[in-house]
Amino acid sequence: MNSENKANQTENPFLPEPARIVRTCHLTEDVKFFQVRIADMEKALSFRYRIGQFAMISVLGAGEAPFSISSTPSRPGLLEFCIRKTGLVTDALFGLKENDMIGIRGPYGNGFPVEQMKGKDILIIMGGLGAAPLRSVLLYCLDNRDQFGRVILLHGAKRPAEMLLIEEFLSLKEREDLECLLSVDQDDTGKWTENIGVVTTLFPKIKNINPSTTYSMVCGPPVMYKFVLNELLKFNIPKDQILMTLERRMKCGIGKCGHCAIGYLYTCLDGPVFTYWDVIHMRELI
Amino acid sequence: MKIVKLKEANLHSFLEEISKEADLWAPVKAAPDRYKFEFIQDLNKIDTDCTRTILPPRKILLPPSINMFQASEKEYKEDFSHVSKKIIFGIHPCDIHGILIMDDFFSHEFYDPYYMESRKNTLLLGHSCWPDENCLCKSTRTHIIKEGYDLFFSKLKERYIVWIGSSKGDDLIRTKANLFEEDISDKDIKEYAEWCDQREKAFQTEINFDALGDLMELMYNDPLWEELGNACLACGSCSNVCPTCNCYNVADRPALEKKYSDIKRCWDACTLESYSEVAGGENFRKKRADRLKLFYTHKFQAYISKYGKPACVGCGRCVATCPVDINVKTVGKSLDGEKVDAFWKRLSKEVTK
Repeated sequence: MNSENKANQTENPFLPEPARIVRTCHLTEDVKFFQVRIADMEKALSFRYRIGQFAMISVLGAGEAPFSISSTPSRPGLLEFCIRKTGLVTDALFGLKENDMIGIRGPYGNGFPVEQMKGKDILIIMGGLGAAPLRSVLLYCLDNRDQFGRVILLHGAKRPAEMLLIEEFLSLKEREDLECLLSVDQDDTGKWTENIGVVTTLFPKIKNINPSTTYSMVCGPPVMYKFVLNELLKFNIPKDQILMTLERRMKCGIGKCGHCAIGYLYTCLDGPVFTYWDVIHMRELI
Repeated sequence: MKIVKLKEANLHSFLEEISKEADLWAPVKAAPDRYKFEFIQDLNKIDTDCTRTILPPRKILLPPSINMFQASEKEYKEDFSHVSKKIIFGIHPCDIHGILIMDDFFSHEFYDPYYMESRKNTLLLGHSCWPDENCLCKSTRTHIIKEGYDLFFSKLKERYIVWIGSSKGDDLIRTKANLFEEDISDKDIKEYAEWCDQREKAFQTEINFDALGDLMELMYNDPLWEELGNACLACGSCSNVCPTCNCYNVADRPALEKKYSDIKRCWDACTLESYSEVAGGENFRKKRADRLKLFYTHKFQAYISKYGKPACVGCGRCVATCPVDINVKTVGKSLDGEKVDAFWKRLSKEVTK
């Protein structure tokens, strides 16, 4: 039980904080990048979050929905989101421009266990929009590079035009302290110089994984999990060191509305980060 | 505990006095054999013989639809118009247990002001009751109540024993102190003990709730769930009538000119198809069987692992309400290996042929 929150009976936890869109641009045809700052400067700087947490974003007249935070808490002040146009709230968000106002509340959820991950090797596997929450992990590890062992990134997309933040990831290939492996299922441009094939075709390129000291993070479309998890088990990475972050319907973010319930857990409080063991144990997770 | 006595003939003058201070809600007859909690303007309408109301008293604390905010570009104006000083009279032990579960749910980890502010302004005046064939509260051990009420009225012949459960309850007694007697006689005690004995024997249905959590796990993939799913109408009635269903939906209701928007909070039900649907159309519980599993996980299992007791308080409302007889009684009994009810006979004839 979180005594800090329990004590707070004066503030309405459903009240969003006004925030300004600082920058927005298309990443792919249906995914946009949003850089947002809470209007009150003090509050913008004191918005403390952990990697893997999410925020509720509201658009006046359209509603409110949960979104993974794609920026890293090691760079406070601005919040970044990668958002796919897929429903009422996101339709409204896509109609907004720089300097338009939205509402934000959070951060919510458990996030990734940073303390346990310190000193360990980090293996990040992202597919499609799975880059949204895991970019936060990657940037955090790079900003605190001395605190982690190897950092390995596998990033897959259907086509080059559908790879989120493609320039950012291509430029990361220059870094010597990061093993950055990118892949597309199909190259329809003829200019792709990286791997071609589903994300699992990158696994043979990773050498000398030490399973007991490796934490792996996976996020992507549902079809990806089965194959990727299989590869990770072949590496003998312990099931409680394989972490994934899940999507569920949420109306509150704070364990009241019920929609994200899985068994006796709430994705918004006990997740969205779950271990592979949780997934086997709870049955309904993926 | 402080205990006093009230003549039945004096009940109305007491209720009249306290209803000057707060909105009085109590059970009234809605139709033959159907009762509902209603805001009382005529004390004669109160019916204390009611076994159960159609909707649980949580509708008084958090109505089916409330406005959370009136939002404009300038500000989010909080709306607490559903909060007022209230007294609920005639609430039975199972429903008080239900409210205690809700109190815990809406205050732990994060404080939900829309429920809690309403709750803080509400006094609970319990009333003793007599079970019918659908009451399961003895099995859920919620047929008696020792805490959580402000006053509790145990009906004896032409008089009440009134248990005072809180300081605020005591204040209510003091508004008309001359109506109450302090002395509890040996005759009162004897009569109360007899009433308790007879009530214990009056329960007709028993379910072993202790086993249901484990049985949910063991029978997770049992064809039982498909059978139930095929019969379920996905109408959401079981949730609406359940005292411990807390789920809600939130929707913006913009004004025509879009200058402002009402942000509404409405009851929701996990048995409805849209419940687990996310943007883009992916639905984590497309099948009715999967949604029923979630409902019964909450009622039979979730609370046992967290609080050591089921979330079902045995009020029997789902038993009285479900049009196709899927309820804690039939599901609980069939998990426990019994498929003898009329429901199962009909189901095997009509649905699975």
